Parts: sequence; C-alpha cells; structure tokens
Amino acid sequence: MSAELATTRADLAPSSTGTRLLDLAERHRVLLAGLFLLVFPLVLPFHALAIVVLTYGLYALGFNLLFGYLGLLSFGHAALFGGGAYLCGIALVHAGVPWWLGILAGTLGGVLIAFLIGIIAIRTRGIYFAMVTLALAQCVYYLFYQAVDWTGGENGLRLPSLTTINVFGLQLNFVDSLTRYYVIAAFVFASLFILSRILASPFGAVIEGIRENEARARACGYDVSRSRLLAFVLSGGFCGLAGSLQAIHLAIVPVEMLGIETSGLAVMMCLLGGMGTFFGPFVGAAVFLVLENLVSVYTVHWQLVVGVVFIVCVLFFPRGIWGSILHWSRR
Amino acid sequence: MSAPVSDVILRTDSVGRTFGKFVALKDVSAEFRRGALTSIIGPNGAGKSTYFNLLSGSLAPSSGKVTFEGQDVTGLPQHRFAHLGIAKSFQITNVFPQLSVRENVRIAAQALKTRFDIWRPRAGMAEFLDVADELLKTVGLWPRRFELASALAHGEQRALEIGMALASRPRLLLLDEPTAGMSPEETRTMMDLIVQLATERTIILVEHKMKLVMGICDRLLVLHHGELLAEGTPDEIRRNETVKRVYLGQREH
Repeated sequence: MSAELATTRADLAPSSTGTRLLDLAERHRVLLAGLFLLVFPLVLPFHALAIVVLTYGLYALGFNLLFGYLGLLSFGHAALFGGGAYLCGIALVHAGVPWWLGILAGTLGGVLIAFLIGIIAIRTRGIYFAMVTLALAQCVYYLFYQAVDWTGGENGLRLPSLTTINVFGLQLNFVDSLTRYYVIAAFVFASLFILSRILASPFGAVIEGIRENEARARACGYDVSRSRLLAFVLSGGFCGLAGSLQAIHLAIVPVEMLGIETSGLAVMMCLLGGMGTFFGPFVGAAVFLVLENLVSVYTVHWQLVVGVVFIVCVLFFPRGIWGSILHWSRR
Repeated sequence: MSAPVSDVILRTDSVGRTFGKFVALKDVSAEFRRGALTSIIGPNGAGKSTYFNLLSGSLAPSSGKVTFEGQDVTGLPQHRFAHLGIAKSFQITNVFPQLSVRENVRIAAQALKTRFDIWRPRAGMAEFLDVADELLKTVGLWPRRFELASALAHGEQRALEIGMALASRPRLLLLDEPTAGMSPEETRTMMDLIVQLATERTIILVEHKMKLVMGICDRLLVLHHGELLAEGTPDEIRRNETVKRVYLGQREH
C-alpha cells in the first residue's frame, strides 16, 4: 500500500539521517497517514472535532491539488465543497438513496460543478482566475439558495439522521462518534491513497511542470488548458467527497457551506499547513480547528486569535507549518 | 535558389506580424532545408525573435503562411508543435526551476507518450528515465542530474533546455540566441554542442553575434527592419554589399 516514490523530490540525493527518515516517510506516506488516522481521535478531546478535521482537511487537500501543485489560486472552492454536500443531501432526502450512494452523488456533483466552473475559469490565470472562480461560486450559492424546495433555502437542508449504516452487510452504529469517525476516516484514507497515486503519476509531474513554467510545459507539448481542467475536476472530486462526508456527519447542510468564507477557509488551512505538501492541508485544518475550539472556550473573539496566528504564520513561516518542518529537516 | 520540395522542411510564405500599429515583421518568404544548420541574423530590433516565434508557434502571424513538411501549421496552438516534430529553446532561460535536472528532461520525454495518465507510477516508467539520462549525457549534465535545475549555472540551464527540447525527438530544432548572456567559455561549449547536434538534425538558430555563426552554419538569413535583407551561404552573405553596409559595418570591426 506504500505510495510510489515521487521522482520530483525524492530524486535528490539523500544526505543526513533526518532527511533519510523524511524520505522514508514520504515514500510510505499513505501508510503513515493510515496509522495516524487510526490513533488521531484518541489524542483529541472529543471525536466530533477529529471528524471535522478530517472533512475540512480533505476539502483543503482538494484545494491544495490545484493551488499547491498546479499553482492556481481558486477563490471559489466552496462551490465544490458545499455543492457536493447539497447534492449528497438532495440525493438522500429527495431520492431516498442509501448513505453510500448519497456520498457518491455528492462526489460526482463536485466533479460536475468543477467541470462547469473549470471550462470557463481555466482560460484565465492569476488574480483573474481567483475572481472568476469567486464569481461563479457566488452563482452556485444563489442557485442553491433560491431552489428552496430542493435545498431548504436559508434554513439549510436537513438530512435524515443516520442511526445505523450498512457497510457490506455489516450494521454499524452511526450514532457512536468513534464508529462514525472511522467510517469517515476510511474515505479519507482512500482519498489520500488516490491523491498519492495522482501525484506520483506522469500527470502529477505535468501539473508541477505547469506550476513551475507554463511556457516550457506548452513547448514540451502539453495542452496546458486541458491539464488544468483535469486537475480542477479531480480537485472537485475530493472537495465534493469532503462536502458529502461533512453533510452526513452534521445531518444538515447550512447554506454558509457555499459562502465566500468557506472558500477562504481552504486558502487559509492550506497556507497554514503548507501548500504543495502532502500532509500540509490536514495539518492546517487541524491547527485551525483545534485553535478555534480551544480559544472559543475562553473568549468569543476567537477569530482574532486565529487571525493573529495566521498572520504570524504567513509572515514568518511562508512555507506553512508542515512545509517549514520539511524545509528545516532537509537542510 | 529554391530547393526541391522534399528538401524543404519548413517554409514561410510572406509572413508578417504587427503589434498594434508597429510592424515587427513584413512579408518574409523563406525556405529552410532539411538537414541544414540555418542561422537567422540581424541587428537588435530586426525582427529575429518575432520571426522565430512565428516559426516555433509561440505567435501566430498576422498575415502569411507557415508550412512544416508540407503541412500548414499557421496559427496552430503552441503545444501541437512538439507533436509535429518541432522543438525549441527560449531566448530567456526556461526550465522547471524547482524540479531536479533529471525530472526536467523526464517530463519533456513523457510529453508525447502520456498526457493524462493519473494512475500509473511514473517512477516505474523506465523508458522516460532512460531518454532523460541519455540526453543529459549528450548535453553534459548527467553528473548533476539529482540537483535542482535552479542550482545550475546559466550556461548549464541553457544546455538543460536544449536537452529538454531534444526529448521529443524533434526533426526540427529551433534555438533562440542559445549563447545569450554566456561567458566566452560557456559560449564555446554551447557552439560545440550545436555543431554536434547539427550532424543529426535540422537546426534553425537565431543569433545576433554574426561572427559566432559564420563558421558553423550552412545558410544564413539576414533580417533588417522586419524585412528579409539577404539569404545565402556564409560566403555569399560576407560578400553582400547591402549586408555589409547595414550590419557588418556598424557592429563588428
């Protein structure tokens, strides 16, 4: 199950023990992530926090594929996350499908919305790309907001609360938070495995090449627009899945999931953890959400504290937390 | 003057390019022979780079037609050119800086074979690594293959670019001022490399230091004020009075 060696960085000759350890970790990153997912809820004060770290981490992971690896800053990823959540919810509420089909619907919904936004947005880059994705995400917001019969409008969409779920004939108690965590963790683990394959594939090299030098990638013979669209669509799949898991966990899809703040959250978590790194998005999501939970116990102004931490991070650790750890240990 | 059709790998029929009201290139018709090393020369601002960009597909001409091996390639998107068999190196160094030297060439090598393969591990695709290693030996960078491309000296990055351009096995190699900004030492190494590469493929080279290419190329095109001033062998160009007046006289004594 170990992830393939990414030729990009692991190609560089190893030097110190620390570097070698990190390269080993990089090579077996999916295995490592799996072990971590197993023990993660046991170190956090409550399981619900561990679950949202996973769903937001997966959302940030999807965003990171586009931002960190391809180099496109999207300000509209809420449309993929929230859109996936809504479509999962709609499938469960209005079509009455089983839970796993709802998740599939949400994931494919993320893919579809990403494709629709993507074919328009990939023609632009830089700040224009950010603005176009933002504008299109707002369109998605209003679309879902207006379709009250389907989405519940501003009240959000209430999902039937799942008490037991059927996993390959096995009845699991979904009310038990630890069981729920492990079901969601299984999806996250599969996503990490898939992402690892994508990054280690020829296409993974192409998107890094486009990030590094678009003109050269084009001269090499790569269709940059199509590669961008494919990366956007893959990103949509991860974000749609994250949204679906979030919807099933919360048993409600609030309309804010489609809002600008949700888009900003992905940027923030990704920068906090380390863009373009495998574990960065999860580290970012964990730090953000744990801080939110800890600080809000003491003050209602928790956003102020999180904001200061974010600014300090961006100013002094522009590589993000995980990115800085990788950088220091490689020197 | 005109060669038999099968001998012509690339031709332009009265191509021109304007930027707003500025005419960068006007009605240039020329044929490039297969197997030859042709240089496009001219003083700064003569339209060399514009012409080069039309040949390599970075720019579409405002008028006229570009034909490669009998096929009209006018206005095709840039990435199609590599698939047709035309590769280029840029005037400004253009590599993937934060990737390893080897990965730079490997990405170039896989470009025509796998494009949207998101599942199979690339580390297991030995064919591309083999191509990369072979080309890195050709351009003399094999010992430094594990370093980041950004760690290479300027001259080495230019050599790396040529290695990347060769990875698509092009029948036509276009080089835009390959010695720009190089030390005399690096320039010599680069010219030796170009001469060596020219034995096996067609090369078109843009250069403004005329002396550099006089000794090595088969044919020369002289551009001046966006127009084709003269065309011929180095000896013919050397004897051409117009060329002497506008170009040789003013720059190189």
